[in-house]
Amino acid sequence: MIRQIEGSRAVAEAVALCRPEVICAYPISPQTHIVEGLGELVKSGTLAPCEFINVESEFAAMSVAIGASAAGARAYTATASQGLLFMAEAVYNASGLGLPIVMTVANRAIGAPINIWNDHSDSMSQRDCGWIQLFAAHNQEALDLHIQAFRLAEELSMPVMVCMDGFILTHAFEQVDMPAQAQVDAFLPPYEPRQLLDVDEPVSIGAMVGPEAFMEVRYLAHAKQLQALQRIPQLAEEFQRCFGRNTCGLLRGYHLADADTVVVALGSVLGTLRETVDELRRDGRRIGVLGITSFRPFPLAAVREALQGAQRVVVLEKSFSVGLGGVVSTDVRLALSGLSLRGCTVVAGLGGRAITRASLTRMLLEALADKLPPLSFLDLDWRIVNRQLEREAQMRRSGPTAENLLRDVGTVASKVN
Amino acid sequence: MLQIRIHGRGGQGVVSAAEMLSLAAFAQGRHAQAFPSFGSERSGAPVVAFCRIAEHDIRLREPILEPDVLIVQDPTLLHQVDVFQGLKPDGWVLINSRHDFAALGLAEIEQRHRRERLATVPATEIALRQLGRPLPNAALLGGFAALTGLIALDAVAHAIACKFSGKLADANAAAAAEAYRFVRREMEDLAHDPAD
Repeated sequence: MIRQIEGSRAVAEAVALCRPEVICAYPISPQTHIVEGLGELVKSGTLAPCEFINVESEFAAMSVAIGASAAGARAYTATASQGLLFMAEAVYNASGLGLPIVMTVANRAIGAPINIWNDHSDSMSQRDCGWIQLFAAHNQEALDLHIQAFRLAEELSMPVMVCMDGFILTHAFEQVDMPAQAQVDAFLPPYEPRQLLDVDEPVSIGAMVGPEAFMEVRYLAHAKQLQALQRIPQLAEEFQRCFGRNTCGLLRGYHLADADTVVVALGSVLGTLRETVDELRRDGRRIGVLGITSFRPFPLAAVREALQGAQRVVVLEKSFSVGLGGVVSTDVRLALSGLSLRGCTVVAGLGGRAITRASLTRMLLEALADKLPPLSFLDLDWRIVNRQLEREAQMRRSGPTAENLLRDVGTVASKVN
Repeated sequence: MLQIRIHGRGGQGVVSAAEMLSLAAFAQGRHAQAFPSFGSERSGAPVVAFCRIAEHDIRLREPILEPDVLIVQDPTLLHQVDVFQGLKPDGWVLINSRHDFAALGLAEIEQRHRRERLATVPATEIALRQLGRPLPNAALLGGFAALTGLIALDAVAHAIACKFSGKLADANAAAAAEAYRFVRREMEDLAHDPAD
């Protein structure tokens, strides 16, 4: 049924349709509305049987999810930002143990400076944790990816993170097509665990593994991610047959066929990018967009195939590896190794900085003129950056950076955005 | 595509207003996208929310920089925030006030824009009468329907019923209807005496 609802509500209802048996919740913006919605659905009896556990921290949320999953329950949780960092040790344990937990990350910046707004720093910080990471471009995709995530996680016995842009998607009211329970039941069979803590057939899970087998256990996690590269497109096809909607699988191209310049991006910025590219194409500029849905496993071969006809590749990313540059860019470059083309990284939207069509157009025109440097920062305010650098050069006790910059910026309350 | 920006203060239902507007547009078979300005809302702090309405799928995610419609829920913002920033020359403006544009110090805005697309409505007073609380958002949506004709009052009532239930829904719908009648009267007066 097509409904006009908040992104968080859409995800909560989609997760409920997947019949999770244990939900561990700890509130943190911008994820809170999702678990609040699920809490209501459990309390009202709409989602039953399901145990909704209010835990004392994110570390506890993932630990309880691990316990629940090991006991054979379909387990779900959600978090963001500092919450994901606080649960990090348990996040690695969930994947290391091969437990098919599904978690929503409502992407948000990481402090300090404390910032509640959107970027991809949080889930990128867990890039190598062994979880599958899928990025949603809009709320329908967020909803659809959650349903596929449970199926994928349980088939492979690996946890899946569904990443959606905090506020931009979680707090956006837009229309989504909410499937019926019977459709989801037909797509997602009951959870059949590969390993189970069962008093009648006792096993231990979580043995200490020394140098004799540690590398092999880690390799097997990689082997599962390689299997996921095959399964993700297959599940997207099956999903389309069941639900009549095309979800993109590993990645989604837009006007790639004749593009000599391609912008690569993840998440909700793809919508604004496609609008921008449409305008530029009306002026005869051959630009395309490559949206990456599956960031882990990273589809090296598919990315290479999608980009090998281009002369220029711009990776636009909401993540930043301080001291290096792009995070997604590194993987895209790996996919392109040996190809001769011009590659640029544009870091954008950190801490919720709005990514506008005007700024994207300006940046893309620079890229087309081969004037875009290898690494640039969209709409960076050089005025306050340079003022702080000068301050630091002039005096030893230059004071705290964030506070200095806020003073330089002045009041923001009078600005529209 | 129609782009609406709503200015108000934390606690006045600014975000809910944008959401209800999207629900009303959806009820009329349109595509709509509502989203807040993502601030760390505090009671009384300036808040902005946005709504886009279109006949097609909406992909754009930037904040609304050039609105077709401005709704100002709190007139004390008028000289604190540049609420008119980017407003299209033929745009609509609806301000919650019992004073007219000239009395609000907005004679210049009145001159630069189409007079029949500007209105004020005492939404807080209407809300106090109908709800017993100074929550002007539903009333302003009724005013929006009257001013622009882009959304029907019925659709606004439907949106209110999606957000509220029972007496609260009825009172908000009554506030929307009263503001609708007020703005319609204002516009009829203007049509009869355009020189004023």
